[in-house]
Amino acid sequence: MKTIRPSRARVAAVGVAATGALFLAGCGAANESGSGSTGSSGSATAAVSGTISGAGASTQQAATQAWVAGFNGANPDATINYDPSGSGAGRTQFIAGGVDWAGSDAYIKGDELTKANERCGGSIVEVPVYVSPIAVVYNLQGVDNLQLSPSTLAKIFDKKITTWNDPAIAADNPGVALPATPITTVNRSDKSGTTQNFADYLKGAAAADWSYEVSDTWPVQGGEAAQGTSGLVGAVKAGQGTIGYADESQAQGLGQVKIKVGDAYVAPTAEGAAKILEASQRVSDGGTNAFAFKLARNTTDSTAYPITLASYAIACTKYQDPAKAALVKSYLGYVVSAEGQQAAQKAAGSAPLSDALRQQITPAIEAIGSVA
Amino acid sequence: MSAPTTTSPPETAAPAKPVRQLGDRIFAGSATAAGVLILVVLAGVAAFLIVQAIPAFIAPSADLPGGRNIFLYIGPLIFGTLLSAVIALVIATPLGVSVALFITHYAPRRLAQGLGYVIDLLAAVPSIVYGLWGVAVLAPASLGFMTWLNTYLGWLPFFAGPVSATGRTMFVVGVTLAVMILPIITAVSREVFLQTPKLHEEAALALGATRWEMIRMAVLPFGRSGIISGAMLGLGRALGETMAVAIILSGSGIITFNLISSANPSSIAANIALQFPDSTGVAVNVLIASGLVLFVITLLVNSLARWIINRRSEFSGAN
Repeated sequence: MKTIRPSRARVAAVGVAATGALFLAGCGAANESGSGSTGSSGSATAAVSGTISGAGASTQQAATQAWVAGFNGANPDATINYDPSGSGAGRTQFIAGGVDWAGSDAYIKGDELTKANERCGGSIVEVPVYVSPIAVVYNLQGVDNLQLSPSTLAKIFDKKITTWNDPAIAADNPGVALPATPITTVNRSDKSGTTQNFADYLKGAAAADWSYEVSDTWPVQGGEAAQGTSGLVGAVKAGQGTIGYADESQAQGLGQVKIKVGDAYVAPTAEGAAKILEASQRVSDGGTNAFAFKLARNTTDSTAYPITLASYAIACTKYQDPAKAALVKSYLGYVVSAEGQQAAQKAAGSAPLSDALRQQITPAIEAIGSVA
Repeated sequence: MSAPTTTSPPETAAPAKPVRQLGDRIFAGSATAAGVLILVVLAGVAAFLIVQAIPAFIAPSADLPGGRNIFLYIGPLIFGTLLSAVIALVIATPLGVSVALFITHYAPRRLAQGLGYVIDLLAAVPSIVYGLWGVAVLAPASLGFMTWLNTYLGWLPFFAGPVSATGRTMFVVGVTLAVMILPIITAVSREVFLQTPKLHEEAALALGATRWEMIRMAVLPFGRSGIISGAMLGLGRALGETMAVAIILSGSGIITFNLISSANPSSIAANIALQFPDSTGVAVNVLIASGLVLFVITLLVNSLARWIINRRSEFSGAN
């Protein structure tokens, strides 16, 4: 992407236009009113323009706001809309052709993949754009450094272990005086990609102790249920003997469980989360440009943190409209760039993609083009 | 009351057509249009709910959320909705009537006026604010009381425990809803109590009744229909309350009378608010089907209230 040295007058115009574009983006996906940012600096040749709309995972919302703001800085004539309607809704709308790209907390597979390829008239592009560690948070007086193995964790959340001084917990925490407080598990009461990824971890790392199907709704009845990440964190904070799961960036001020990976106990970190993607196997059902990863939940690599959420952007390799293709390509290119990933880290506390992974997935984004 | 209640001028008995001016016709037309519009809107809402709910009822259970029968899914929600509303009503009705009696018959006039304003102000607070208050203040504050209930009244199924660690329970939801519907019940009761014929009250006092006996003999019988309609209005609000319940309640799909544990049945409105944003396909239809059920319940409650009021009005003591 070429940068242009703007004149003073143009700087002002860009500022106005960027504000306009931001405002439009803030209005949500319902706003289809084209390039409302009345291009006063239209002479830019490298910058792309037009409007694209995406929909999907609400986990990406905060990061998307940062991406759109950053992208508009360089491309003031572009309007990017993102409707955080949920992963499933995003994929459905993408398949139906209603949006140009979708955000999804789970990679697209099976029937949906076939339909998505059909919609694209070829094949899809799928890249991880938002990776974030999920912390297992707890509130237990007198215990500052809790360690749990996957099996114990699954039993706790399945309500098989009900007090904190259970022998299984004690075995993971030698020398720690555990109180006899009853355990209150806290889960999300709304549908959530965090729930889905946490359940997927329990299923992948402790299949023997977790018999439920993985979905975005919490499967165990009768736990403490709270709305949204903030509600969950609030409930964990409010109670004594509570344990829950939340995006690591939102989990400050609470105890974070160290999870047993291999032989060591690992705390959630951005590096560990980025690492797990490298350690994971790629699912190549979607073709050469689909970088979906079956996250190695049961990895033994203690530098990786397996309770990680990987959220994808799903787009087409070919678009009818060349301008649209260029805009999608340019936007996704920015999203996975070091700059874009840092913006997301700042805004949403996500883990930036590693350089190795970026090199891997960049050709997929480069492959986006128009039919002609 | 089966007799026709509205009596328009008998047209057969009036052969001479009344003079109709343009203004009359415009007014009559617009009034009719407004009346019809209400029916159209109601019919439109009902039609939307029914059409959108049908796919949920005919879809195989495996496709539904949780892979369960739709009635197993909606059942606990109906139960939770009714339970929370009933708790609210049980708390708020006696309280609201007492407040209304205090304002109308006990308080000095100046205090009564101020108190009336404050009560009306309570009704103007948005429900989400009550929700935040419930989860941030009431829930932690009521932990001690709930533990006490569990310790001394634990033999009742309502307080069987184990006590929730956070206080986000059905009990707290009920209390919050009670605070929310209190102003409605109070305002309606107050208006009705104020209309008690002075002659009735003075007659009772003249016969040697104390003030409490006077209220029991003259005011309460007269105001009974007002109390009931106020309670039913409150019930309607409690049934449909969404955000406060969604924020406060720790809900899951179970049926239990236990009011103080962290396992509670969610309510229909709260469940829709929580699940709708990320739902697709038939899951949306299921949520709309639950909305249809709530619509029917609300309609039934209102009809019941109407029926009770009509039946009681003959014995209100006013005639």
